[in-house]
Amino acid sequence: MHNFDFVKPSSIADAVKALSGDGAQALSGGQTLTPTLKQRLAQPSVLVSLTGIAEMKGVCMGADGLSIGAATPHAVVAREAAKDYPGLAALAGGIGDPAVRNRGTIGGSLANNDPAACYPAGVLGSGATIVTNKRKIAADDYFQGMFTTALDEGEIITGVTFPVPQKAAYVKFNQPASRFALTGVFVAKFAGGVRVAVTGASNNGVFRWTEAEAALSANFAAAAVEGLTVSPEDMIGDLHGTPEYRAHLVKVLTKRAVAAAH
Amino acid sequence: MPKDTGIGASSKRREDIRFLSGLGNYTDDMQVAGQAHAVFVRSTVAHGRIKSVGTKTALGMPGVLAVFTGEDFKDVGGNPAGWLINSRDGTPMKEPKRPVLAHGKVRHVGDAYAAVVAETLQQAKDAAQVISDETEIEELPAIIDMAQALADSSNRVHDEISDNQCFDWGWIEDNRAAVDAAFKSAPHVTTLELVNNRLVPNAMEPRASIGEYFPGTGDYKLTTTSQNPHLTRLLVAAFVMGIPENKLQVVAPDVGGGFGSKIYHYGEEALVLAAAKQIKRPVKWTAERSESFLSDAHGRDHVTKIELACDKEGNFLAFRTATLANVGAYLSNFSTATPTFLHGTLMAGPYKVPHVYVNVKTVFTNTAPVDAYRGAGRPEATYSLERVIDKMCRELDLDPFEVRRKNFITTDMFPYTTPVGLAYDTGDYHATLDKAMELADVAGFEKRRAASAAKGKLRGMGLSTWIEACGIAPSHLVGVLGARVGLYDAATVRVNATGNISVMVGAHSHGQGHETVFAQVVAEQLGVPESSIEIVHGDTSKIPFGMGSYGSRSLAVCGSAMTKAVDKIIAKGKKIAAHMLEAAEGDITFADGKFSVAGTDKAKTFGEIAFSAYVPHNYPLETLEPGLEETAFYDPANFTYPAGAYICEVEVDAETGKVEIASFTCADDFGNVMNPMIVEGQVHGGVGQGIGQALLENTSYDENGQLLTGSYMDYAMPRADDVPFYVVDASCATPCTHNPLGVKGCGEAGAIGSPPAVVNAVIDALHRGGHKVAHIDMPVSPARVWSAMNA
Repeated sequence: MHNFDFVKPSSIADAVKALSGDGAQALSGGQTLTPTLKQRLAQPSVLVSLTGIAEMKGVCMGADGLSIGAATPHAVVAREAAKDYPGLAALAGGIGDPAVRNRGTIGGSLANNDPAACYPAGVLGSGATIVTNKRKIAADDYFQGMFTTALDEGEIITGVTFPVPQKAAYVKFNQPASRFALTGVFVAKFAGGVRVAVTGASNNGVFRWTEAEAALSANFAAAAVEGLTVSPEDMIGDLHGTPEYRAHLVKVLTKRAVAAAH
Repeated sequence: MPKDTGIGASSKRREDIRFLSGLGNYTDDMQVAGQAHAVFVRSTVAHGRIKSVGTKTALGMPGVLAVFTGEDFKDVGGNPAGWLINSRDGTPMKEPKRPVLAHGKVRHVGDAYAAVVAETLQQAKDAAQVISDETEIEELPAIIDMAQALADSSNRVHDEISDNQCFDWGWIEDNRAAVDAAFKSAPHVTTLELVNNRLVPNAMEPRASIGEYFPGTGDYKLTTTSQNPHLTRLLVAAFVMGIPENKLQVVAPDVGGGFGSKIYHYGEEALVLAAAKQIKRPVKWTAERSESFLSDAHGRDHVTKIELACDKEGNFLAFRTATLANVGAYLSNFSTATPTFLHGTLMAGPYKVPHVYVNVKTVFTNTAPVDAYRGAGRPEATYSLERVIDKMCRELDLDPFEVRRKNFITTDMFPYTTPVGLAYDTGDYHATLDKAMELADVAGFEKRRAASAAKGKLRGMGLSTWIEACGIAPSHLVGVLGARVGLYDAATVRVNATGNISVMVGAHSHGQGHETVFAQVVAEQLGVPESSIEIVHGDTSKIPFGMGSYGSRSLAVCGSAMTKAVDKIIAKGKKIAAHMLEAAEGDITFADGKFSVAGTDKAKTFGEIAFSAYVPHNYPLETLEPGLEETAFYDPANFTYPAGAYICEVEVDAETGKVEIASFTCADDFGNVMNPMIVEGQVHGGVGQGIGQALLENTSYDENGQLLTGSYMDYAMPRADDVPFYVVDASCATPCTHNPLGVKGCGEAGAIGSPPAVVNAVIDALHRGGHKVAHIDMPVSPARVWSAMNA
């Protein structure tokens, strides 16, 4: 690890200011950034911790749906969202291991947008809104490919607001080593239709499987996607699975998510 | 009633108190006054010619005390291979020099070509990065695929070895024609091509070393993560550095697992000693996990074609194998023995097969060196045999249990000499198979299969009946086979004046529990409490010259030396007792910690005799030396031959290809068992690693020689939820006939016997589900299973 300065502001305004400096880097739970620093693959001059900002923490049900502060750890979401949005709480409770869940945050996960992370599927599958220090961004506009988002330089995610569906479930098939999602599917059934978001599978990051959404909106049953096929084109191929395998998993896991939705 | 102390008791592991409460003393825990830090500069390319090493800037950087390159070590010795193997044509193997730091060429990603020593670790890292940036290496095409390496003589790992081949070994070459003839006339031949996947050892503690030099005496001290401190001392002193052995102390303190990878001497150990001498300060190096992936000796990596000739009833007539074994870029110390004498000699299994021929070609590639890893050669042999037998049973529609049964060597045939040169002393393979079948409830399989099917899962059952040769090893035999060392062991039993006992042993415990088990054995022999016995190991300045721990040898070899030393203590105690009790020596008996005059109530306790030996006021000084300390060396007469039967049941998710181990049953014959709990733990660990190999662990280099699985993000280690609750039994014991404790060794068994049981179970499940898949290479990952099902 290279040397760096560390600041821990207590307000969003102070954090934004600290991040405007040269070589400043936001640090949330650090579950990706800390290993990167340890491997000397990043050399920020200042780390700006976002975990000391009270207004960026917590889970609360409101008129717009379920709001989660960006600096809320996964373990807290797993516990506190369980009543209002059990499908999302289960997703949070299945990320990584207990150490990761007690340090890693929803904001950190979304800002990083790892193509195999779980939260992007939950956020896109829910049609959630990402709230930043500057604006609100719809999930459909936010995810722009592997490790790429709509965030501007220095822009901080402060929270996420989730409309709560009638039913939802996330089913993840683990990559055997990392236990990130080799493929993961989030299915959410709203009064106005069904959303299906897939993580881990595509070279373009999290995406919506619109054909399945249409089929499931007409008939919310695993059988509804039976006749559909997923193209392996643009799917990830690596040591742990071919594009064909991942395309196959998208369908299998979608069916399982539909069956598990509650 | 189970015993609560001594031999056969499940005494709790005394070492766990420090291991589990953070009180262990590992190499990296030690802060030696004035220590500086070494960091190695490692090649980022698999194959290249070193044009210049950029040391100039680094030498002026803050805190930098010294920089070393291959040039600094070009005149010292190389790290040698421990075994000289001859090719089939009688020519000796090719043995390229393995330098302390790469010189002239780099030969694998992670090959260290320079080292920096600095005041702090961070300063050393900063300088190492600059050296890496300022070094010029002309990249050469990487040699990764073994078949290609043999075929293309224009591209060479070592310029002087034209075909990248170390040797072409035939075992037993004189039998080849008879084996070929048996195949020609055989009613049935089953052929299987398979890969025994390369594994990264992944000891919990990475390698670490501290070098010290004492200018006042000219002595050196090396504290290092070794499974065998005397062997390391011999290699460092006599072969590499030219330090007199008596001037080098090697200490292997608490060591957090080895699995073979810490048997060997590595260049980092020589470097820290040389650096300590140059800067006259202690020098410490601790590997990072990514360095461990790149530079620890890996395991396995065989590509094998095995053929089985048999009659239509499944009676074995002959086995024939052709293997390419990867040795990586350099010969690690045991690397030439592992694919040969630890592999070819086991290719008869526990079977009365008349003809066997094994061919192994070892190949240099631009990958990390490959050497012995838990099981070492024997897992490769067992996997080949048990997979091809399983395939034959399917081809001929024969019951795999019955086929094993009809081919087993029977109890009336011992001692039994195999066609591959071993003499099995004892065993009862039918007994372990029967026991495993009973414990696994083979009869109830169909019911369980139906229950799995109701959940949408394919259930299968796989069998492996394995044997190994361990208790390594008879020196006269390994000498004939090419070993450059003897493989005896040694122990000193020192009875202290107050009657408690220090036992200095040549074996090294790095997780096995020697401190507990060895004390149990001595306590039993002497009739004293276990708590009065201390087991001392891991320091060449304290222990007699021993060969360390690997090859499931600690108890069978070092334990035998220890019991012989205790016998000498008892013999001397009788002499002292005879004097004190005014009786003839022949009338003294020793039992329950007391020396007694037979037929009388006259007796002296062990403590009284010990005290008398050190306070010899009433003592036969004219005929007997004072003191009570004895040393024994023990060289085994033969290998030991543990064997057993493993039955695995799996459930396969047909939609995703994911395999789950539903049950795993082990019936082992380890001979006499000293501590059942520790033996069970060893089996758990070994089977866990075997399941890891079978389902998860994959070491993958791309065509440029980059290690794709260089971290836990891509290298899948087995975790608690990947393995089942094991059923383990060691009751079918046939004690070893040639060592005093009748023990065989249990450390490697699980890793040897389990992989084929798992893979056979997966193939069985797929067949029962209507998928006629002949074979899937390990690791049997979900993606591979799905691809095989949908091929």
